[in-house]
Amino acid sequence: MYRSHVLVCGGTGCTSSGGVEVYNAFEKEVKAQGLDKEIAVVQTGCHGLCAEGPVVVVYPDATFYARVSPQDVPEIVSEHLLKGRQVERLVYKDPTKDGDVIRSLSDTEFYKKQVRVALRNCGVINPESIDEYIGTGGYEALGKALTEMTPDEVIQTVLDSGLRGRGGAGFPTGLKWKLCAPNQADQKYVCCNADEGDPGAFMDRSVLEGDPHSVIEAMAIAGYAIGATQGYIYVRAEYPIAIQRLRIAIDQAREYGLLGENIFDTGFNFDLDLRLGAGAFVCGEETALMTSIEGKRGEPRPRPPFPAVKGLFGKPSILNNVETYANIPQIILNGADWFASMGTEKSKGTKVFALGGKIKNTGLVEIPMGTPLRTIIEDIGGGCPNGKKFKAVQTGGPSGGCIPAEYIDIPVDYDNLASIGCIIGSGGMIVMDEDNCMVDIAKFFLEFTVDESCGKCTACRIGTRRMLEILNKITDGKATMEDLDKLEQLSYYVKANSLCGLGQTAPNPVISTIKFFRDEYEAHIKEKRCPAGVCKALLNFVIDPVKCKGCTACARICPVNAITGELKEPHVIDQSACIKCGSCMSTCKFDAISKR
Amino acid sequence: MALKKPSVPFSGTAEQEAQLRQVIAELKDEPGSLMPIMQKAQDIYGYLPIEVQTIIAEETDTPLERIYGIATFYAQFALEPKGKYQISVCLGTACYVKGAAQILEKIENDLGIKSGQCTSDGKFSIDACRCIGACGLAPVMMINDEVYGRLTPDDIPGILAKYE
Repeated sequence: MYRSHVLVCGGTGCTSSGGVEVYNAFEKEVKAQGLDKEIAVVQTGCHGLCAEGPVVVVYPDATFYARVSPQDVPEIVSEHLLKGRQVERLVYKDPTKDGDVIRSLSDTEFYKKQVRVALRNCGVINPESIDEYIGTGGYEALGKALTEMTPDEVIQTVLDSGLRGRGGAGFPTGLKWKLCAPNQADQKYVCCNADEGDPGAFMDRSVLEGDPHSVIEAMAIAGYAIGATQGYIYVRAEYPIAIQRLRIAIDQAREYGLLGENIFDTGFNFDLDLRLGAGAFVCGEETALMTSIEGKRGEPRPRPPFPAVKGLFGKPSILNNVETYANIPQIILNGADWFASMGTEKSKGTKVFALGGKIKNTGLVEIPMGTPLRTIIEDIGGGCPNGKKFKAVQTGGPSGGCIPAEYIDIPVDYDNLASIGCIIGSGGMIVMDEDNCMVDIAKFFLEFTVDESCGKCTACRIGTRRMLEILNKITDGKATMEDLDKLEQLSYYVKANSLCGLGQTAPNPVISTIKFFRDEYEAHIKEKRCPAGVCKALLNFVIDPVKCKGCTACARICPVNAITGELKEPHVIDQSACIKCGSCMSTCKFDAISKR
Repeated sequence: MALKKPSVPFSGTAEQEAQLRQVIAELKDEPGSLMPIMQKAQDIYGYLPIEVQTIIAEETDTPLERIYGIATFYAQFALEPKGKYQISVCLGTACYVKGAAQILEKIENDLGIKSGQCTSDGKFSIDACRCIGACGLAPVMMINDEVYGRLTPDDIPGILAKYE
């Protein structure tokens, strides 16, 4: 027994900000002080509040330390762990409440409104220890399914829970399993989509890094339900920590007889293999993913035949997303009614969102379906930093759309978002403030899809490129109103004529920004003006002669000598020479330079 | 399709080749093993020049054009060698809205090369990469395995100087 546990976050966010060094420093310091018999230092998965990393939580009182550096560790050990006094200066201060000191993890605005199902073990257990997973009820669901339930009962439970696919499309998971189960074949496959490609979405990675066994357990349950003995996890190569922890977890599960032959002495066999992606966004699409596991170019295939009939290696297969799987063991243990009691009529349970962009608390949050967007942005996220005005939130990545500020009270679930042309997608939420140009954002996503189109369908391969060209014309101030019409027309054409989800949804960011921010498009076209001040070609840097003191700082920093003026006299920018780099504006001490 | 002549001549060693042949022998009978083989080959050589693709084609009894097709389809397979220090600037959405484009531009200007290129001394290469998931630290870049977060363009010269 340890009297205290020090949990150091080992997720990618905190590792990037130096979490491993902090962990090593704790191990060393605890040992040096002779406390290693009393205090356990544990490297956990993601706590969610990545913006404040590296994050350290000290139990039993759950003191929440933020932005800890290795130099801070001796102080925490000698003050907190030896003398029982919290290190005030490192305790997390809530940015949403004027920097109030928050003593305990569960008291933060960020955590208070969350309900953690898929993330229940993330940041709580050591993901590299199967014993800790079992200690929190792990593999009980697999045991229950194998010994107390028939495959049909497992499928019915998942169906009754109302769980829908968390990867984006929201297809009922139980139905997917039900369609695959009766198909006879010598081999069937259970696949896991861990090719989390949407920029700004990282919940799947956090589950794999923080609780890999939950996915393994769920896949074995799925294998039992549909009659498959082999599974594949297709994971992005960009997630090295997740891959390493999955490998460890699979080996441990095999060692404990929870993967392999005759699991729980029931005669049920199931084993898992990892396949690494190689950087192709389209491989998140189910048929493309299966083609890629087969070792080919990851191009999508037409459906039907659906993978439930003819999937991986031509055999009946199911594919679910990581977060979907992470819910399964809890559903089996607690029952369908428990899960269905959370959420809205058609969207049950909880959903993990990755909050990013112009928001104070960037990180992962898990909330019941139907939570108003305002709660997510303002209460949990803390709103936009630096007093800027909230403008829109982009959901669903390159397949999704923007929700403008006037819809901030919308309850977030699959159907509500669909009604305004958005999707939940995999759960990325990028918050934008008044300084973000919506045409520029649409262009950003189009550049992404142009790059990632696999090239199979003409409409997607060429159509998205033409759309990007029009968007470039608009941001360069060279477009006409006919171009805008053409852009809209092309959007619907690409949607209608592409084989897979990538092409069918690629125009969504454009359609949605035109719908809600048409005035911004028109300002670029008619007035040759970018209201947010982002599109360089339309910007002019101007010196206010009243504020300018003639200090010559701007003239000296200008890389193209476009600024002239006498000492102590107002300076002027030669617009024809200016390359709009913005150096002058950031150099000026008198706030005399503005962009228009 | 005519293959473009690579800018750097192939300099694989016999040791690397033996390692590759062993990997192929181990994996080739597994279903769908072509990508894992190519990933291991890239680990061994750092990239996949046509010489390496040819060995894989011969050993696995696969047409070279299929290997080449896979190598060019996936962004992570490189046909050209990378710099000693590989700079990857994240252009995920979270980083983008927080100014990643200006970070990339600053690095391109300072090194005098564009994204996707390598400096002539083979020291630095720049890539714009997909979201690495460190969105809490946006904007972010990586130099080899080292992550730099909460960047401003002014931070760049100091960081690059560490590698000079």
